[in-house]
Amino acid sequence: MYSASTVFICGRERAKTRVCRSVESEMAPEKEKKKPRVTRNPELIKGIRKYSKSKMYHKRGLWAIKEKNGGAFPHHEGKPAEPKPEEKPPKFYPADDVKKPLKNKKKHKPTKLRDTITPGTVLILLAGRFMGKRVVFLKQLPSGLLLITGPFRINGVPLRRVSQAYVIATSTKVDISEVNVEKFEDKYFSKKSDKKKNKKDANEFFDAEKPEKQKFPQEKKDDQKTVDAALIKSIESVPDLKAYLGARFSLKDGMKPHELVF
Amino acid sequence: MPFKRYVEVGRVALVNYGKEYGKLVVIVDVVDQNRALVDAPDMIRCQMNFKRLSLTDIKINIRRSPKKSILIKAMEEADVKNKWENSSWGRKLIVQKRRASLNDFDRFKLMLAKIKRAGLIRRELAELKKGTAA
Repeated sequence: MYSASTVFICGRERAKTRVCRSVESEMAPEKEKKKPRVTRNPELIKGIRKYSKSKMYHKRGLWAIKEKNGGAFPHHEGKPAEPKPEEKPPKFYPADDVKKPLKNKKKHKPTKLRDTITPGTVLILLAGRFMGKRVVFLKQLPSGLLLITGPFRINGVPLRRVSQAYVIATSTKVDISEVNVEKFEDKYFSKKSDKKKNKKDANEFFDAEKPEKQKFPQEKKDDQKTVDAALIKSIESVPDLKAYLGARFSLKDGMKPHELVF
Repeated sequence: MPFKRYVEVGRVALVNYGKEYGKLVVIVDVVDQNRALVDAPDMIRCQMNFKRLSLTDIKINIRRSPKKSILIKAMEEADVKNKWENSSWGRKLIVQKRRASLNDFDRFKLMLAKIKRAGLIRRELAELKKGTAA
């Protein structure tokens, strides 16, 4: 069903693109000075341009390029192919064809932070051990979780990670400019695994298994203290804020959450 | 038992339903048995059903369908805004709005203030009781 003319065009198009690429690669070092090429063939309606193929041939001066090159488009030899490393035949062929899963090259961005949550915002935790506690937001970690602190001396919440979904952001902000939270990343909070110790004898297995209670590392305590010191100073400068952070939030009689302004 | 607030040209009313909820408007003309032509300085004159209006005590001195500038002048002469804000109904509405817009921190501070006030009252009362008992 294809007419001769369309076949002819296809072949021509292919040749043209080949030429274009080689011409562009020649001009590569000068590209920094050159403006990006804009087509002089405006689109009238989607799919239909103003000038025909032959008109554009003349407009672009392809006839001049041909003339310069003695009647044909300049043809550049491709780079000589690099010698491929010798492939040895595999030692083992599996009996059945095993499907290989496709490679997943996705790079996740950290969760989009709600507009209402900025460094220094007082958050209300909605779930977990510290449910209802009012807590200060420090920064968003690369995993998307929020880094928060009580401060520990005020309400017993340590430096902790919390998901955005389990948090209500209030409009109360604490001045956090004196606090340095750059050293805290997700790795700081990962559990230390002692997998080597898991290999047990039969005897050890039947003994009352007492995992050694790991002492809370002193440097984490010191980190908590340094972060909280600056925070507590700015909290104490606002009247009642310390008591506010020490108290838990709860819904009382008559409070309608959808009508409350936080 | 007789009525005190009448629908008349110049009567100030509060809109209690619809897009203009909570606004004070002036009845500028009566369309028919159910509807009035209503106007306010910050809105385009429109018709409203009486059921959407709650009449207030305030009345201004205007003629039927005045120009906007005349209406605004009359409202300022009658001092509608201040009269409304000092009336008990107007003050109640202001307090309601303030309470609804309280922050979580504000609510906490309010609770502390209430407890403090209650403490003072109870202390005074206790002293007064001691005084009469003695």
